[in-house]
Amino acid sequence: MLELRHRGGCPGPGGAVAPPPREGEAAGGDHETESTSDKETDIDDRYGDLDSRTDSDIPEIPPSMDRTPEILKKALSGLSSRWKNWWIRGILTLTMISLFFLIIYMGSFMLMLLVLGIQVKCFHEIITIGYRVYRSYDLPWFRTLSWYFLLCVNYFFYGETVADYFATFVQREEQLQFLIRYHRFISFALYLAGFCMFVLSLVKKHYRLQFYMFAWTHVTLLITVTQSHLVIQNLFEGMIWFLVPISSVICNDITAYLFGFFFGRTPLIKLSPKKTWEGFIGGFFSTVVFGFIAAYVLSKYQYFVCPVEYRSDVNSFVTECEPSELFQLQSYSLPSFLQAVLRRETVSLYPFQIHSIALSTFASLIGPFGGFFASGFKRAFKIKDFANTIPGHGGIMDRFDCQYLMATFVHVYITSFIRGPNPSKVLQQLLVLQPEQQLNIYKTLKTHLIEKGILQPTLKV
Amino acid sequence: MTELRQRAAREPDAPPEDKELESEAKVDGETASDSESRVEPAPPPTSADDTPEVLNRALSNLSSRWKNWWVRGILTLAMIAFFFIIIYLGPMVLMMIVMCVQIKCFHEIITIGYNVYHSYDLPWFRTLSWYFLLCVNYFFYGETVTDYFFTLVQREEPLRILSKYHRFISFTLYLTGFCMFVLSLVKKHYRLQFYMFGWTHVTLLIVVTQSHLVIHNLFEGMIWFIVPISCVICNDIMAYMFGFFFGRTPLIKLSPKKTWEGFIGGFFATVVFGLLLSYVMSAYRCFVCPVEYNNDTNSFTVDCEPSDLFRLQEYSIPGVIQSVIGWKTVRMYPFQIHSIALSTFASLIGPFGGFFASGFKRAFKIKDFANTIPGHGGIMDRFDCQYLMATFVNVYIASFIRGPNPSKLIQQFLTLRPDQQLHIFNTLKSHLTDKGMLTAATEDE
Repeated sequence: MLELRHRGGCPGPGGAVAPPPREGEAAGGDHETESTSDKETDIDDRYGDLDSRTDSDIPEIPPSMDRTPEILKKALSGLSSRWKNWWIRGILTLTMISLFFLIIYMGSFMLMLLVLGIQVKCFHEIITIGYRVYRSYDLPWFRTLSWYFLLCVNYFFYGETVADYFATFVQREEQLQFLIRYHRFISFALYLAGFCMFVLSLVKKHYRLQFYMFAWTHVTLLITVTQSHLVIQNLFEGMIWFLVPISSVICNDITAYLFGFFFGRTPLIKLSPKKTWEGFIGGFFSTVVFGFIAAYVLSKYQYFVCPVEYRSDVNSFVTECEPSELFQLQSYSLPSFLQAVLRRETVSLYPFQIHSIALSTFASLIGPFGGFFASGFKRAFKIKDFANTIPGHGGIMDRFDCQYLMATFVHVYITSFIRGPNPSKVLQQLLVLQPEQQLNIYKTLKTHLIEKGILQPTLKV
Repeated sequence: MTELRQRAAREPDAPPEDKELESEAKVDGETASDSESRVEPAPPPTSADDTPEVLNRALSNLSSRWKNWWVRGILTLAMIAFFFIIIYLGPMVLMMIVMCVQIKCFHEIITIGYNVYHSYDLPWFRTLSWYFLLCVNYFFYGETVTDYFFTLVQREEPLRILSKYHRFISFTLYLTGFCMFVLSLVKKHYRLQFYMFGWTHVTLLIVVTQSHLVIHNLFEGMIWFIVPISCVICNDIMAYMFGFFFGRTPLIKLSPKKTWEGFIGGFFATVVFGLLLSYVMSAYRCFVCPVEYNNDTNSFTVDCEPSDLFRLQEYSIPGVIQSVIGWKTVRMYPFQIHSIALSTFASLIGPFGGFFASGFKRAFKIKDFANTIPGHGGIMDRFDCQYLMATFVNVYIASFIRGPNPSKLIQQFLTLRPDQQLHIFNTLKSHLTDKGMLTAATEDE
């Protein structure tokens, strides 16, 4: 949200059309970095190594191309710069939200592709920053290796996912069977090849740089790739587990901004000087209410609520099931003080709505820390935005910085409180065992099921 | 092994001082390396000679070079003897040693980062690093404990709750650290703090995950822990010997003292060593059996019926070797075939871990990771080749040796919903019937 405030608060100088808002702000509105740079220079001088160079050594981010489409520019040429800025942001926001709805409509497979696309773009943005910050001197292999590692880690994760959810599909094809069975070994061998290439590519004068980039790549992979896969796993649990958290984070962004804009007075944290306590708390309450309502609306539809399954007969993803108890209306008796207010004794809610309160709370209270982390990162490396992909908003990473913690939280929440292990995964592992082990397990299970009354003991005929 | 060569080749007149060797490293041809560095980073704080006094006196007569040799030799033997003692003491002690090694390696790398970045008493940095180490260890040990100590955990109520919500608790702990990091960002030191954050995480990734893989290997059977580690050590020593006597062609610019002769000689010697060692160890149950926790005696036991891998079998020798050795068949343990794969990895790919560590040390202009072991450097110096090995063995076991753990599967099954359980049960039933394992007769047993 930081950039939002900066832009909203700092009108570009002269209202010129050509220089993009970003440059204007960098010159006039960025008091923070200017005063910082003097003092950091002294400290950086003492490093005595690459990192210690003064900020002027950080290559200037080339003047960002103004990607605003011509139509918009013409339509808005009449307005002053500040409002123009507002309008561009607003239009892009609406565009992104409509795109989001469109993809939801198109189904889970498209959503998976979207998540993959976003992941690759985020990785690209962060790697490009690292590349620029370290002014990698055409180091051999660096970019190739980074993309190679991305490929390896994605292969590993998708292989694990595919094996779980496409069990029946995989059993049919012989080559896939082989790939699945030795999946870990193959992934490890691929990763090792990359590791050995890295060691062989170490150039005498550039060791430290290369090690930095290696670490940079790995931390980026850790952040973007693992979390995008957690998003996909949440998606398979049911699209509502994907939609409600993401919408809560977006809602928190927007409502915190609005509350801050209208009522903001007390600064929240030095790292993001435009954020205020009023925005924070107002955003929290509105997000909880929003999550509550969104959960109520979405819980009705099987399309959102059912786990995504791959049906081999139709060769596509289906979301059809008997909704679990979470998504069936239940009556809750209201505590007495609420009873007086609402004049009702019970209320029918979906149990999922209670969970949505937990999700929204996390999105409002802890999600912003992901945003602060990204802000700190951008200040540390003296960049305004991660990239310039979305006019008015910055890069993809700028939009998704708060989402990442959310995805992990939702995944951990689901595995801890909602469901146990994945049944298809258990089944798949069972089928891989030795026949004798399978027989033993079969007998144990049978005894257990009969004890519990789930299975009726077969009568001898 | 690089340091070994450099120390032996050089002739320091004083006990190995890091400063001297640093200047010598410059002479070694690295004058222009990392041209961006102008100021020497602060020399590692502990350059004191840690050699015990008794050794110093005993060897005071010899020349420096031989004294160096003797110190290294004695310490090597001491470490190997220590290794044997620990093996004798059993799996529990081994686990604790692995844990200590992990903590020490983490400490060494973090200290290097701290020194390299002249961290200006940044608030929380050290606390946070150790806190993250604690969180990640808690997460991993919790997963392990839940697997192997299943019955113990189910008995104790607090443990049961901890294990049920284990992931959530670990995640919360980690999040707390993350939020503390964000709150601790100080205006002038953002970049430094982000660097240290990245440094801590990569270190955790390398050190902690691999030490846990080592423990997993250990639980599979102590032989899966001992043979790989011994192969790496043997490759180190053998490559050095071969290189010392026959070394001529340099291997890689990164470690100029390594030679192709040493590399190849070490490879063959390690394979032979691995074969012999696995032959010797496969005979004993205490090495071969998976480590289990016995609820009655409340201790670890290694008692079982050795699996097929560890039973002697006849193999017919291919014709080409038959004429050489004069035997038609040979009795070997199948495990010995696997040990060839392990030794091959240890000799061919293991050194890349060493090269990586050498590159790292050159990048940050340090001679050794620390000065814990006299003559050898830090713990990390000794274990740099081991890390890739641990991951390889774990992946190897998971892919080729055993499938999923049956008891873990049953445990997972019991947590499913009844309709899911029924579905799985029926699928398994039809699968077994298809395979002919299950007939009406066996059904009624």
